Amino acid sequence: MILTIENVSKRFGGLLALDKVSLSVKEGEIFGIIGPNGAGKTTLFNVINGVYPPTGGRIKFRGEDVTGLQPFDMSKRGLARTYQVVRPLTELSVRENVTVGACFGRENLPLEKAEKVADEVIDFVGLSTRRDMLAGKLNVAQKKRLEMARALAARPIVILLDEVLAGLNPNEVADMLTVVRKIRDQGVTIIMIEHLMHAVMNLSDRVFVLDYGAQIAEGTPQEVSNHPKVIEAYLGDPKVAQRFLEGSA
Amino acid sequence: MSILAVKDIEAGYGEVQILWGLSLDLQPGKLTSLVGSNGSGKTTLLRAVTGLIKPTKGSVTFDGKDVTKLSPHEKAEMGLVLVPEARQLFTDMNVLENLEMGATPKGARAQFNQTLDWVYTLLPRLKERQSQITGTLSGGEQQMVAIARGLMAKPKVLMFDELSLGLSPLLVINLFEVLLKLKKEGLTMLLVEQNVQMALAVSDYAYVLNNGRVETQGEAKKVREMESVRTAYLGL
Repeated sequence: MILTIENVSKRFGGLLALDKVSLSVKEGEIFGIIGPNGAGKTTLFNVINGVYPPTGGRIKFRGEDVTGLQPFDMSKRGLARTYQVVRPLTELSVRENVTVGACFGRENLPLEKAEKVADEVIDFVGLSTRRDMLAGKLNVAQKKRLEMARALAARPIVILLDEVLAGLNPNEVADMLTVVRKIRDQGVTIIMIEHLMHAVMNLSDRVFVLDYGAQIAEGTPQEVSNHPKVIEAYLGDPKVAQRFLEGSA
Repeated sequence: MSILAVKDIEAGYGEVQILWGLSLDLQPGKLTSLVGSNGSGKTTLLRAVTGLIKPTKGSVTFDGKDVTKLSPHEKAEMGLVLVPEARQLFTDMNVLENLEMGATPKGARAQFNQTLDWVYTLLPRLKERQSQITGTLSGGEQQMVAIARGLMAKPKVLMFDELSLGLSPLLVINLFEVLLKLKKEGLTMLLVEQNVQMALAVSDYAYVLNNGRVETQGEAKKVREMESVRTAYLGL
């Protein structure tokens, strides 16, 4: 297992956002995380890459205990991530943005080498024609690619993708899925949060389902999408609806 | 003859297009549900219908008139009223004052007292609470105030965005009981609701949205049995 999360909890005041979550991710797989709004998916990412420390539990990455380490430290160790709300350095060019990612990644590259990596990664995500454009001038789909490129420039072993498909039109989604598959083909392990179900179900080797901060299911896409608890979390409880209907008739 | 007809509508936010040529019809006196996963376009459709965002293509016809370009208040004046997501109440004002704010259309103002009596009969709890500051009410009571404020506008069509979001199971049942009462009174309603099972149980007709398009539509009890509802939410 390349990443193991054991009984991780996160509390914000009176709200238990994560309640003893445990999961293990295998090297080279695409591991999907789904769940209704407010289930705790992004909080789980924030705890994994060190945006905040967990309230309880342990996180192991490549055999080492990394619980409570900061994001920059996680990036150096080979765990990079994208953010759902992208915030590029708008006054810098695409190339400069990606170079920053390379400078502070796993290889801790000097500027010249970082620029070389940046160029490779920009080609890889299909942003070559925008290399010298200011990041603030990119459209949504291009910003999402830039976000991906910044993370990839860190040369991660594991990458966390937080809703990289959100806000894209169907053609852009298809293009982005090609990029995700290419990342996997390079041997990078992918953990992705995604609301676009057909995409996450088609891409993932395994899917993990959170609801109210706790695991309700884990398995192949097929298993998970037929799991009664998952269906109930997304659609409501059919038995309650039936009883209501009979009671009010 | 439908009371509200949306035809081939396209809309979105800035450069992000959400609705891709979506059409729907509301039959008078019927409860119609709009279901679909996150990002499928439910709220955007309600916003485009009310005029909170401007559609880039397509048309909205209400009560026989093209209202595509009218502003939200002009549509409210005509009887097209929204109970918005997260309620959007005036939380520093008391319950009665919130209800007064709902009765802004001219026709509604003239019949204020009668409508208030009717609303209080429907939601007796609100009468008990009428002088209480709205922000101090429970979530379920606040949702009742939001519904009541919508009713005070004397709507011909009342639309709900995420009626039961964030409420406990018992309160969800209470809200749906109110919907059934309104249905019996013959009010035309359009419901966006995350509890799909409950929504389909009380509705006459349903549309399943996926990626800004209508994926399936039909009588709610038939849609309830359809595999396509599950796949619209869960992908497989």
